[in-house]
Amino acid sequence: MVELVLFVIFGTAALFGAVSMVWARNPVYSAMGLMLTMFSVAVFYVSNAAHFVAVVQVIIYAGAVMTLFLFVIMLIGVDREENRREAIPFHRPVALVVLALFGAGVLVAGRVAWVTGPTTAGEPINGTVEVIGEQLFRKWVLPFEVTALLLIIAAVGAIGLALFKGDREVGS
Amino acid sequence: MIVTPGWYMALAAVLFLIGASGILLRRNALVMFMSIELMLNAVNLTFVAAGRELNLIDGQISVLFVMVVAAAEVVVGLAIIVAVFRRRSTASVDELAELKG
Repeated sequence: MVELVLFVIFGTAALFGAVSMVWARNPVYSAMGLMLTMFSVAVFYVSNAAHFVAVVQVIIYAGAVMTLFLFVIMLIGVDREENRREAIPFHRPVALVVLALFGAGVLVAGRVAWVTGPTTAGEPINGTVEVIGEQLFRKWVLPFEVTALLLIIAAVGAIGLALFKGDREVGS
Repeated sequence: MIVTPGWYMALAAVLFLIGASGILLRRNALVMFMSIELMLNAVNLTFVAAGRELNLIDGQISVLFVMVVAAAEVVVGLAIIVAVFRRRSTASVDELAELKG
């Protein structure tokens, strides 16, 4: 019962945040809508017994990533009006048709079983730090090490882009 | 009424669809980037719901890896957007047509 109430409240909040993110003209409002959606998804993680993932979601996504987004929005400037002219002919109608087809595909896929495969017996999973860490450092230790390499490459790439001097001006 | 994992997956599908509409309809590079993040979040939600249904912890591990990749992607993508803005003074993807034949 509690889960149902949480699902209804935060499902509505997630949908509202997502729609306002796409709809808002001001990028700051878009960022706020996305932040609302991410908090709601964190609540769903808690409902699905993924406690550690929920904490990581709040810290990484709602904290770090959205702060980075807001920094860049402030850096670029929010007062620029988006050009609503269609550069590609029939851009919006074609986009809406593609979206309708995609939604129909999702509906068709929803009629078959969404979760297949043998359900392992045993007590329900509980995503605490102990359980996640044990799996992460035993079964998934090689991917875990590879992510460290990926993060280093990303950091070096970002620094390289930031230090890139714009001396060769192209275009206008 | 019991909330089954299918409910979460349906909600995730709707969120993914909204993210895809953001990619297709908006021209601001930052908003498109946020739409990508929304789609990644929707997929993460399906991972967690499926892991609960199948009684496997691997779904949550996959979510952690997706988050790491998304964080790396955000860092590089925002750096590219800022670099483009410093050269061209625009964040609209329509104006970046230098390579057009």
